[in-house]
Amino acid sequence: MIAEPDGPEDRLRRFATIWSRAVYPATSTSLTRPEFEELLLPLARRLSGALRARTFDAAEGRAVGAALVDAHCTDPEALSRALDCVDAYLVLYCGDDRPQEDLRARSARLQHAMAAGFAQALRARTLAEQESIAQAALRAQGVVAQALHASEARFRAVFEGAAIGIGIADLDGNVLEVNGALTRMFGGSEQNVRGRNVREWTHADDAPQVWRLYEELVRGEREHYHVEKAFYRPDGTVLWTNLTVSLLRDPDGNPQYQLALMEDTTERRLLNLRLRYEATHDALTGLPNRTLFFERLEKVLSAGEGQRFGLCYLDLDGFKTINDSLGHAAGDRLLVEVADRLQACATAPGEMVARLGGDEFVALTTGPDTQREVDELAARIMNALVAPISVDGRELTVRGSIGVVEGAAGERSAAEVLRSADITMYRAKSAGGNRFEVADAEADARAITRHGLTTALPTALERGEFFIEYQPLVHLGDGSVRGAEALVRWLHPQHGVLGPDRFIPLAEHTGLIVPLGRWVLEQSVRQARDWRERYAGTPSAPLRINVNLSPCQLTHPGLVQDTVEILQAEGVAPDALCLEVTESALIGADDDLLKPLRRLAEMGVDIALDDFGTGYSNLANLRRLPVSILKLDRSFTQSMQQFPADPVDLKIVEGIVSLAHSLDLAVTVEGVETGAQAEQLRILGCDTAQGWYYARPGPPERLHELALADATP
Amino acid sequence: MERPAWAPRSIDISVPSVARIYDYYLGGSHNFEVDREAARRAMEFMPGLPKIMQANRAFMRRAVRYAAGEGITQFLDIGSGIPTYGNVHEVAQTASPGARVVYVDHDPVAVAHSQAVLEGNENAGVVAADLRKPGEILSSPQVEQLIDLKRPVALLLVAILHFVEDADDPYGAVAQLSDALAPGSMLVLTHASYEGIPLPPERAGGTVDVYKDLRNPLIMRSREEIARFFEGYDMVEPGLVPMPVWRPDTAPEDEDPYAFSGFAGVGRTA
Repeated sequence: MIAEPDGPEDRLRRFATIWSRAVYPATSTSLTRPEFEELLLPLARRLSGALRARTFDAAEGRAVGAALVDAHCTDPEALSRALDCVDAYLVLYCGDDRPQEDLRARSARLQHAMAAGFAQALRARTLAEQESIAQAALRAQGVVAQALHASEARFRAVFEGAAIGIGIADLDGNVLEVNGALTRMFGGSEQNVRGRNVREWTHADDAPQVWRLYEELVRGEREHYHVEKAFYRPDGTVLWTNLTVSLLRDPDGNPQYQLALMEDTTERRLLNLRLRYEATHDALTGLPNRTLFFERLEKVLSAGEGQRFGLCYLDLDGFKTINDSLGHAAGDRLLVEVADRLQACATAPGEMVARLGGDEFVALTTGPDTQREVDELAARIMNALVAPISVDGRELTVRGSIGVVEGAAGERSAAEVLRSADITMYRAKSAGGNRFEVADAEADARAITRHGLTTALPTALERGEFFIEYQPLVHLGDGSVRGAEALVRWLHPQHGVLGPDRFIPLAEHTGLIVPLGRWVLEQSVRQARDWRERYAGTPSAPLRINVNLSPCQLTHPGLVQDTVEILQAEGVAPDALCLEVTESALIGADDDLLKPLRRLAEMGVDIALDDFGTGYSNLANLRRLPVSILKLDRSFTQSMQQFPADPVDLKIVEGIVSLAHSLDLAVTVEGVETGAQAEQLRILGCDTAQGWYYARPGPPERLHELALADATP
Repeated sequence: MERPAWAPRSIDISVPSVARIYDYYLGGSHNFEVDREAARRAMEFMPGLPKIMQANRAFMRRAVRYAAGEGITQFLDIGSGIPTYGNVHEVAQTASPGARVVYVDHDPVAVAHSQAVLEGNENAGVVAADLRKPGEILSSPQVEQLIDLKRPVALLLVAILHFVEDADDPYGAVAQLSDALAPGSMLVLTHASYEGIPLPPERAGGTVDVYKDLRNPLIMRSREEIARFFEGYDMVEPGLVPMPVWRPDTAPEDEDPYAFSGFAGVGRTA
């Protein structure tokens, strides 16, 4: 519509422009002012129409007032400005030729109607918006409630379905809620649990801290605790649980509830007890085993001042024979009967009997007067074994040896006490058995050293703790060095250098002598080769090496082969080696025993009869033996240290030498300490000698020096 | 323990909501007394707050029309609040019939109200999600259903980023959203700032304190800091400017002085 300048349409537009400029700043519309003006134009037209209508209708004013609210003019200031504008300009721009008073009256009525329409529309809009936002809040709450309901339903399902027992109680201990698992743990009936009070659930096995932790938690001083706790079920049985209790606080942090999580450990505990029983008891006799015994002994020994203990260590005499002759089943039945009898001997409080293994038993007493009690205990045990034991219809007489140890706690370890008892028991056994001995420190010390050395022997060989010293053998005729005797030594980490007398018997006993002997032979033969290489081309005779053979090695089936292998490996001729065998080892030797020696002798290895004259010296026997050298014991030479020498001794030595020579045996003497001795022995016809007069045993280099000195007169 | 996603925050209408306060500033009645009380306290320091909101609405209207004029038919409005007259979907669907709009807000009441308003509008939807978790927005069924991320989208972050503290990494959130958008997409953004407010900062700070009390702190950022949100975008003329200056329909000098508070801008990805 094109407005004619200053025509009615143009004037209407100008009115709308003025109106929009007045009201726009008071609106919250996102329209621009020109857009807003476009919105007001039809409203202006309606007002203009109403002003000039033939019959006046105030309803038009109400409609315009309402339309303002629709145009986002919700601020009362917007209405105020609109009314000001209508009041000032409506008649001016939109009036016609009617009387001014009529027009002004109509304008006033239109303004009243606009205000009423605005108020009504604003009220309606406000109520509608309030309604819609309240609805939205409600709907949103519904969504949340639904989600919460779903989440609670999930939690409820977790709570009910959990395998672990869950319970909630208030801080006074009243149980408010429990799940199925917890109910089942207590026997399946809910009234056994719900509505009860936590504090009623004391149990004799409650650890002392259980209720202290509980009190701390309900006072809010502790957030949670974890204990192992037992409960009585209504039927009187015991429920064992792993119990975790946590404090639940309200949003302000005040303690509100306690939450208990329980795991039923009854079965596991029973299984553990059974496993523990099996681990600590002997399956055959049902007695406590070594493990349990050591636990008890250690407990007693660590009990502190004033506590004493007494211990009997029993080993049956000759049990091996019974086992070997009647079989293991019979042996086992015998052990069971012995165990029963022993158990009957130690029934007082603080007494226990255990089986350490095999036929070894121990009885422990920890009463107030152990010195007396342990003696009586040992006597009771000996007594209990007196009556024969009937096994498979045989009456078996059982005897035992007992080592008794009594002492104060805190002085020795359990292992030391048991070792002392063991040693003492062996003392009883070596004294003939069927008796008990009481431990004494000195006997222990001796045995402990033996014991210590024996157990250290195998590792000593591995660690290279052995070494060899050589003592020269000197020809009495010309004083030249002819060879040397290899003497093994042990450089013990604690005891220092030990001679063969300290450990060879132990090595014999344990069988270690075979690998040790082989090692000595290897080392010595290697040394012999060194010497031979060194003196090749010198006028002195080739040096020979003497190596001792122990009785055990003598019977070892590998002797000949080992010797041959070693000689071959080193490329040494058999005649460079002389094996020394003690006379006592060959006493009563039959042909079987002599065969390997014969074989060796045939190969060219010299065999020397060591320590000759200390045994029975069966002279007639000498013919049978494959020996080529006699080594006279040092006892013969000792008497020649004085001057003049005992003429009887001289005669004996002379006789032996002459006998030996007549059997084509050379004679070597040991223990030569003076020049006079040497001279005497030379006159008596001895061939070679060794002793401090020439040299003490020493490293191989020393022999080298002696030989050189000997070679340059 | 972190709250599981399926257990929403409970609704407490005794706590003021920024969405409903915004509505009050705009003359609406979608609010409760607590909201009005908070709004009145904020207005004690900055009486012209409603004018800033009005300028925001007017800018958004111009920007949406601009985007529609540039051929964009998909709109993602995060922090949409309570829909009032002249909302994005109205403007967009007027300018480009069939345009698709997804509103996002984390205020459950605002979301519920939006759902009621949008009922029957097949091309608009609303998501209850948080700008701080862009992944949840992008993977929501409404976005998947209404928005084709292979085509340009106008991402509207109008008057929302100043409610995200640095600790919640607003730059990372914007970057993550931007990365999901196809080339030719637009970022439409306004942000509060002390710059442009016709008051000394101490006084404007009173309003900031009110929002702090609401546990919805208002983070004032400098122009430079606001410009960083447009990293990767080419700024549409006239760049990052006070709201009334951005492609105005009428002379900016006629605007209320408060309308010049903060900054507005539109960026476009290459």
